[in-house]
Amino acid sequence: MTFFAVRHLTMAFGGLKAADAVSFEITKGEIYAIIGPNGAGKTTVFNCINGIYPPTEGSIIFKDRNIRGLSPDRVAKAGIARTFQNIELFSNMNTMENIMLGRHLFMKTGLFRGGLMWGKKSFAGKEEIENRRRVEEIIDLLELQTYRNKFVGALPYGIQKKIELGRALAAEPELLLLDEPCAGMNAEEKQDVVFWIKDIQDMLGITILLIEHDMHMVMDISDRILALNFGRPIAEGSPAEVSAHPEVLAAYLGTEEAGDAPASAGAGRRPA
Amino acid sequence: MDMKRSYYEDIRLFPSCVTVFWAVVLLAFLLAYPFLFKNYYVYMANYIAINIIVVVGLNLLVGYTGQISLGHAGFYAIGAYATITLMSLAGFPFLAALICAGLIAAAFGFLLGLPALRLEGPYLAIATLGFGVTITTIIGRIEMLGGRQGLHAPDLVIMGYPLDTDRQFYYLVMIITVLLVLFARNVTKTKVGRAFIAIRDAHIAAETMGVNLVLYKTMAFALSAFYAGVAGGLYAFVLRFIEPGLFSLFLSVFFLTMAVAGGLGSVMGPIAGAIVLSFLDLQLRNILSIPYVGDWLRHLSASYFSLTGVSNIQFIVFGAILIAIMLFEPLGLYGLWIRTKKYWKTWPF
Repeated sequence: MTFFAVRHLTMAFGGLKAADAVSFEITKGEIYAIIGPNGAGKTTVFNCINGIYPPTEGSIIFKDRNIRGLSPDRVAKAGIARTFQNIELFSNMNTMENIMLGRHLFMKTGLFRGGLMWGKKSFAGKEEIENRRRVEEIIDLLELQTYRNKFVGALPYGIQKKIELGRALAAEPELLLLDEPCAGMNAEEKQDVVFWIKDIQDMLGITILLIEHDMHMVMDISDRILALNFGRPIAEGSPAEVSAHPEVLAAYLGTEEAGDAPASAGAGRRPA
Repeated sequence: MDMKRSYYEDIRLFPSCVTVFWAVVLLAFLLAYPFLFKNYYVYMANYIAINIIVVVGLNLLVGYTGQISLGHAGFYAIGAYATITLMSLAGFPFLAALICAGLIAAAFGFLLGLPALRLEGPYLAIATLGFGVTITTIIGRIEMLGGRQGLHAPDLVIMGYPLDTDRQFYYLVMIITVLLVLFARNVTKTKVGRAFIAIRDAHIAAETMGVNLVLYKTMAFALSAFYAGVAGGLYAFVLRFIEPGLFSLFLSVFFLTMAVAGGLGSVMGPIAGAIVLSFLDLQLRNILSIPYVGDWLRHLSASYFSLTGVSNIQFIVFGAILIAIMLFEPLGLYGLWIRTKKYWKTWPF
């Protein structure tokens, strides 16, 4: 069974191919990382998986089913949750309610049963209590108790990132997409995130696909890595293999002579 | 310091004994109201309650889901006309006609919600505005609905009891208002309400968490239109006579002003907004009969403006209120209340 695979995924915006024939496969339970310089198309791949962008070509297989072209809420229903590079929280809700939204797919209360909620014995009341209890477990896991009833808009950046992670976990996904979980954090906070990601993998058995710029972190936690540059995959393999790959080095460090760059990495440098 | 011991306490209707007390006081006041005040004030209470229904519904759409509507007078008109027509032509009893009218308005709301899936901000405002204006124009051309001449409401009898006067109608309006407000409040505290807020705050994130945008946006429109439709049906029986001119663009703007002045994104705010502005609306219509101010205004108007300026003075005042709210307290009366509460919490320090 294919757990998750992306095959020949191409996303073209006009003449620009933000993702160009990207293929990779993830086995259940591993941590897979996508790396690459700015503008390499990492987030584009995420957006295609999520259904935010309709891919130009290719297929996205999740549990033997092609999920390409599904709307984002269907993808979520299939069992894929994500976090965003630039935090996308519901800033006028408190932490509890934000994470409660992650439980959206598990709740059956509709307009009528919700509107007619009367007491904790009613259907809507019981369901609220039960799901709030589940959310409390996530709040405990991520140590967010202090921020439980605070509006998230005014909370510190690192905390907001954590809440976003919590919201994704509340959806009990089988595959979790993390878009730069460490962006803008200091060394200590990054260390925390690394522990949590490991915990999520070990305790909850969730497969993780992540995008990250911090090489130390990526090398530490990933089982396998895919390197992209200008939308094209340039290397795939274990952390050691990828970090030693000449094209990856070229993409990150540049080459000594401009004309010497490998065709796939240096040619046609995109205008900013 | 009140400690919460169960998760239900976060969402329960009455968080503490104090709120229960105030709710009982409010209920007692509402029950006694017709015996305490003159006829005109009972009419006023009906008018205010009906506006509360519309504004609470409008707020679910504008305040919670973040979709603007300048066409609520259209749903209001649909509700009013549908109620009367269903009663006089199809012989429905009043309550059945009222609910059907609400559902018909909701169906139109659903249809208006479909283009709203692709429109945002000013474009949505224009689309809904167009809807509101079109509906009244169409109604004005249908002979069966009385055309420009309007329609008279049939006699109102509920389970054998005739409701002829404002006093008799009062309790019916209040029961419906309280039920609809409680419904809206519960919706905002449960799954659907959270989905609405999520769409407003970050619709892409909401979608990736499994919120179906098409379903919830159209649901918000339909729900909001249902409230306006029911309110319209009640309004038809407060006035006893309706004509298309009543449901103008100004009415839509008035509804929106009440919601904004009260405070978007809360249930209590729009209620306060509806009370204050409906009261002003009725009082300002009589401004010319106030002894000195009226004469002065008439004089001012005759010298500098046209006489129509003074008779529409409520719109000038509403405009000023709207600007003041935007400048000083974007959260409206509700924001003011929150700030006052915070201030007094630590009093006298």
